[in-house]
Amino acid sequence: MAVDKEMNVLIVDDYKTMLRIIRNLLKQLGFNNVEEATDGSMALSMMRQQKPDLVISDWNMEPMTGLQLLKEVRTDDTLQDVPFIMVTAESKTENVIAAKQAGVNNYIVKPFNAATLKQKMESVIGAF
Amino acid sequence: MNAMDFSRRLADRVETLREDRGDSVSIGDIAEVVESIVTTIDGDISAIDIEVHKQIRDLVDYIQNAKQEIAAIRPTDIKDHHIPAATDELDAIVKTTEDATGSILDAAEDLENLSTEVTPEVAEKITGITVKIYEASNFQDITGQRITKVVDTLHHIERTVLQLAGAFGHEVDPEAAVPSDERTGDAALLNGPQLPEEANSQAEIDALLASFD
Repeated sequence: MAVDKEMNVLIVDDYKTMLRIIRNLLKQLGFNNVEEATDGSMALSMMRQQKPDLVISDWNMEPMTGLQLLKEVRTDDTLQDVPFIMVTAESKTENVIAAKQAGVNNYIVKPFNAATLKQKMESVIGAF
Repeated sequence: MNAMDFSRRLADRVETLREDRGDSVSIGDIAEVVESIVTTIDGDISAIDIEVHKQIRDLVDYIQNAKQEIAAIRPTDIKDHHIPAATDELDAIVKTTEDATGSILDAAEDLENLSTEVTPEVAEKITGITVKIYEASNFQDITGQRITKVVDTLHHIERTVLQLAGAFGHEVDPEAAVPSDERTGDAALLNGPQLPEEANSQAEIDALLASFD
């Protein structure tokens, strides 16, 4: 089934510049329905208002990290099936394992390029 | 005073010091005790005593020189001036690069908006250029996180120097104790960007994720 590019994508990062970069890259990939949050708690609150079709989240944020957000999402009956991609500078093996164990669908290490973002999105939501 | 007398007397002074000050005794206090004992040595002195005397005198001189050297560098200046100045400079770097990245992104978005006014071929070229600009702008996030790590390191050095100064009898902020990294669980996973030779590449991370399937 073709991917609906009108899907609601939530991007989460405490760097406004990074939010802007990801939003612009998503726009060039044809995804214009993009919401932004600057930490995990804000993202969780937004998700409970409107369930997104995909979350692309940073890890290192305060007060709630991306990993904590992922764990909250995976234990929430209504949100647990939301695809979740971690985009982070944390590249240690233990980080990748912790994210995988928490239920991440894919993992992008910063700095990243547009091709990597597209490839990881396609692996999670299907080819577009 | 022979070696046995010396040992007994030193033990007495240490016990008195412990009763007065508890288990936390500065290096300066220890130096004073050793020096006071050494200066009272008299009577028959054996060759061993002389060697012990010499080594203790050297130790006292060493401690006193260290105290003077630490006083000369004025350790509180590090806390009050040098570290704040360095962190202000680093904060300014982050702010400047953030502003510059914002301007670059403004220009890239303006360029992208021109795509609707040109032929499809040119629009495609413009898209390719702006994607490269967005990708390159990733640097600002990484440099910001790296600079935050440097600032944390500077604060650690600051606390270490002050703690060393305190051990030599200088008055220091009681909050200057150096905390060890006792983070556990998820908190221990927050380390920011790794140096290139230590970091996992995207390909290595992909392989690691695939190993779970």
